Amino acid sequence: MDRIPILRMGSFLLVTIQVDMHDQLAMTLQDDLSAKISETSAKGVLIDISALDVVDSFIGRMIGMISGLSRIMDAETVVVGMQPAVAITLVELGLTLSGVSTALDVERGMKLLRERVQTQ
Amino acid sequence: MSILKPATIDAIKNNEPTLLAGWVANLEQGGALSDNRISRDDVSRQAKEFLALLVSASATGDAADLSNTDWAESRQFLETLSRSRAMQGFDSYHTAHFIFSLKRPLFDLLQKTYASDPAALSGELWAISELLDTLGMHTIRAFQKSREEVIRRQQEELLELSTPVVKLWDGVLALPMIGTLDSQRTQVVMESLLQRIVETGSDIAIIDITGVPTVDTLVAQHLLKTVTAIRLMGADCIISGIRPQIAQTIVHLGLDLGGIVTKANLADALALALKRSGLSVTKAG
Repeated sequence: MDRIPILRMGSFLLVTIQVDMHDQLAMTLQDDLSAKISETSAKGVLIDISALDVVDSFIGRMIGMISGLSRIMDAETVVVGMQPAVAITLVELGLTLSGVSTALDVERGMKLLRERVQTQ
Repeated sequence: MSILKPATIDAIKNNEPTLLAGWVANLEQGGALSDNRISRDDVSRQAKEFLALLVSASATGDAADLSNTDWAESRQFLETLSRSRAMQGFDSYHTAHFIFSLKRPLFDLLQKTYASDPAALSGELWAISELLDTLGMHTIRAFQKSREEVIRRQQEELLELSTPVVKLWDGVLALPMIGTLDSQRTQVVMESLLQRIVETGSDIAIIDITGVPTVDTLVAQHLLKTVTAIRLMGADCIISGIRPQIAQTIVHLGLDLGGIVTKANLADALALALKRSGLSVTKAG
């Protein structure tokens, strides 16, 4: 079965979504990520969705939930590289993802994560 | 089904010069030539051409049904004529008058041709009248269509014109909005701004609404959507150019722009953007 790889980079976890997200994949990612955070006691999670060009309301909600559960497990989460079409779709669907931090690309996302972790 | 009698068509053919003279005189009386937008020669040429088409089509075509192929050439001629009239700035009256002023000379001709046969006269009068009415309607429809095309093209151009995304500084984009914000425009604006944010990797986008005449609940909602989409992409958005009247309207309407950074003018917004990027402006020397 397909799995989205979760890479460890120091005290951060890096998730890059390179395939089309379907519902089961999103559920698996949620499980895997929460397990991995508790296993590695990561301080930050960076989710790169720059290759994702189609979203529906479920995937949109999952992104919000994944970021919410990471925060509860004491890991800052940043979603990076959202495509314009995806952003417009989410807004039109009424999903503002107000609790999710975002950045334009991985570099800026990493910088943001470091700043957040340092100020803690 | 009403096909013109062969005798009528022959009469039209044989009296073409008289008909044309009467027609052009009528057109002139109607004011088609009163200014110099179109010359008498042009009008005569068009009239002659159309009369020839009319004769050839009505020999076989059903005068009551313009949609069949017998009338294709006449229809096309009228459409071209309407379009050129619309381009020259004639109004619908003058465009339709081209057809309707043929009625009088034709009726005169018929009266002469069928002087001894009142039944045939009334039949042919009805057929010709119906035919010219339908042709006139067709002209008007084509005229209106070409006018609507012009309007649509202008609207599209306006849409393109009014959404320039400019780069103010490295990592700072600005979008000066001009004109009323509706859903369609917001969509275009949002798309072009988000696209430019991705292309340039800008952190901060400034939307300047100095040129937006009024802000109501709908406009505010559109602005909120754009700001949210920009935030989702990972950039920040500042709204500038809130004029006093607009600020009052927003407060009176009870609109919640919470979460959006607003500035009174573009200069303040740029200053904030520079500060956030860690830059500062100092006087030289």
